[in-house]
Amino acid sequence: MVTVIHPNLDDTEAKMSARDVSVFYGDKMAIDHVSIDIPTKYVTAFIGPSGCGKSTFLRTLNRMNDTIPSARVEGEIVLDGEDIYRSKMDVVQLRARVGMVFQKPNPFPKTIYENIAYGPRIHGLAEGKQELDAIVETSLQRAGLWNEVKDRLEDSGTALSGGQQQRLCIARAIAVDPEVILMDEPCSALDPIATAKIEELIDELNGRYAIVIVTHSMQQAARVSQRTAFFHLGKMVEYGRTSDIFTNPLEERTKDYITGRYG
Amino acid sequence: MSLTILLLLALGLGLAGWLAARSRAWAFRRASGASAMAALPSYHGWYVALWIVVPMVLFIALWSIVGPHLVSQHVLASPAAADLPAFGFQRESMLAEARAVAMGTAPAVFNDQARALVEPYREAIGRYQAIGIVVTLILGFLGGVWAFLRIKPDFAARTRVERTIMVVLLLASLVAILTTLGIFASLVFETIRFFGMVNPIDFLFGTHWGPDPMSSAANPDPSRYGAIPLFWGTIYIGAIIAMIVAIPLGLMSAIYLTQYARPSVRAWVKPALEILAGVPTVVYGYFAALTVAPAIRDLALAAGMSNPSSESALAAGLVMGVMIIPFVSSMADDSIAAVPQAMRDGSLAMGATTSETIRRVLVPAALPGIVAGIMLAISRAIGETMIVVMAASTAANLSANPLEAMTTVTVQIVAMLTGEGSFDHPATLSAFALGFVLFLVTLGLNFIALRVVKRFREAYE
Ligand SMILES: Nc1ncnc2c1ncn2[C@@H]1O[C@H](COP(=O)(O)OP(=O)(O)OP(=O)(O)O)[C@@H](O)[C@H]1O
Ligand SMILES: [Mg+2]
Repeated sequence: MVTVIHPNLDDTEAKMSARDVSVFYGDKMAIDHVSIDIPTKYVTAFIGPSGCGKSTFLRTLNRMNDTIPSARVEGEIVLDGEDIYRSKMDVVQLRARVGMVFQKPNPFPKTIYENIAYGPRIHGLAEGKQELDAIVETSLQRAGLWNEVKDRLEDSGTALSGGQQQRLCIARAIAVDPEVILMDEPCSALDPIATAKIEELIDELNGRYAIVIVTHSMQQAARVSQRTAFFHLGKMVEYGRTSDIFTNPLEERTKDYITGRYG
Repeated sequence: MSLTILLLLALGLGLAGWLAARSRAWAFRRASGASAMAALPSYHGWYVALWIVVPMVLFIALWSIVGPHLVSQHVLASPAAADLPAFGFQRESMLAEARAVAMGTAPAVFNDQARALVEPYREAIGRYQAIGIVVTLILGFLGGVWAFLRIKPDFAARTRVERTIMVVLLLASLVAILTTLGIFASLVFETIRFFGMVNPIDFLFGTHWGPDPMSSAANPDPSRYGAIPLFWGTIYIGAIIAMIVAIPLGLMSAIYLTQYARPSVRAWVKPALEILAGVPTVVYGYFAALTVAPAIRDLALAAGMSNPSSESALAAGLVMGVMIIPFVSSMADDSIAAVPQAMRDGSLAMGATTSETIRRVLVPAALPGIVAGIMLAISRAIGETMIVVMAASTAANLSANPLEAMTTVTVQIVAMLTGEGSFDHPATLSAFALGFVLFLVTLGLNFIALRVVKRFREAYE
């Protein structure tokens, strides 16, 4: 079963490309020969029913699957033309270039400042205190959190509200100036207002970073993304412009899923 | 002998009451239907059985305390006791001899005067035993009859049985608490006696320790009761040398086990470490005294020290540190494992390596738990007795040289209690004051540690 690619998808520039990627947990296949080009200047949404492998595939893009002993990846994934699974690839560098935001906000039990400074410190991005301060400030500003926390940078990151924590995590990812940001259901633990703020933020970050977002909300995918990939049972069923996928799905399963008739 | 029989009798009567009550309840149930009954028949059985057994057992317990007093009073009132010596010790031993013969635990008396007492004893024992048995039986019977008569269809036997069970469980838990309080009270009592003879200031801040149990008990020399060298030895061995060994090793093994070890490795390394915690401390004591201490002495000789001590603080501390490793590592292991996986993922996703993640995220996040584990370990180490008794010396030394012999609070407690001093000599009593200080310190450490752990748990819930 090959993926259906929409005819009027005319992306020329791909930030990341996957070629025939399969992922196994032990003997169990979780991703089955998926190929996709992630565009540089757009937000790409992964949608699909629970357990279809969205998170698994997302995690192959920054090799977070390496942390799961039983996981094994086959196929090729390139970032700017370089195979990220080649043996000489520096995973530390890769993850600095491909950042990740998780489903549940996971700020470190440190101060807000230290949370943001974490990445720049381990990657040696700042020369002195002033540069670090500047990075912290711009990151928080880009994440739309600066005005809310600028007077309490020394408070614990865990003392923020859920939505603020999630924006803190986005700011933390931005602080190392990545090229790609992966977000795995970043709003599923948040209320509608906090969700709206994050969506707004994604809109603002769009264009500066290549963004991939996993979501269970059709509306969210339609609102924030320009490209959508529909996954089902470990396969990528359909991929195209978000508007095309939602108005004119070519596959029966896609149609069923986006109209809520699935399952 | 008769005690066992009596207890068996109580149980037998209880069983009979249980059966009788249950069949009576069944009769009610058949007559008025199951729904009219407030409790299952067996609850009625238990209710009556409890009313039989509990009064009997309580009385048996009471009688086995009061009975012997009544017996000896009876004997002392008899004419044969009139010409007993008035002096305490001899008198007591004669009475004890006569009692032993009367009860059949000794074959014959050595002392003629005691012989005259055997007969009164035998008579008194027989009489009070009979009284005890009769009263016990009457109590059981009365309790049983009273409870039996209360059985009615609407009698809430179940609630009452439940309540009784709750009271029994409560009493069981009170035993531990009351014992602790009792220990504490006796410790305080003896400590106060000691401080009546030696000024607490001299004791707590004096720097010379050398109680002489043979000196006059009436006016002890307060300058010989300065406990600072003991406190120092305890801290130096238990909280410094032992921790220098235990903290890094325990922490590193916890980190290895939680972060690097494959599940199959963890599955046998962790239990192996925990077995270390189960080794009797006297075995460590052998190891310290017979292997480590001589090795350290040889090393010191080889390094050119003249006449090094064969019992060094270092030997005791090192071995104690090894003993403490599992305490540190299992607490650290638990608290590192309690840091949510999301923290670790978050850090790895930022491009941190495993060791950076451990150093910068996991250990700081787990720090309260780790610190609490260390405090529990210290409190364990300073209360440890066997290793230091075997490997440290009894010479009180205020020195920073780990190769010198030193003594600890626990060693001195043992030394003072087993020394030649009479029981109310200040040298002996000083053991209680030392124990009291140790008790307070370990209690404080444990208290703080538990608070820290609790706060830490809350942070992640
Ligand atoms: N660590 C793991 N070990 C073994 N199997 C796993 C692991 N993680 C995921 N899987 C399996 O891989 C498949 C895909 O899981 P994945 O988490 O990628 O789904 P998902 O699309 O993200 O689902 P959801 O929408 O519920 O998050 C599932 O069948 C899941 O059981
Ligand atoms: Mg998922």
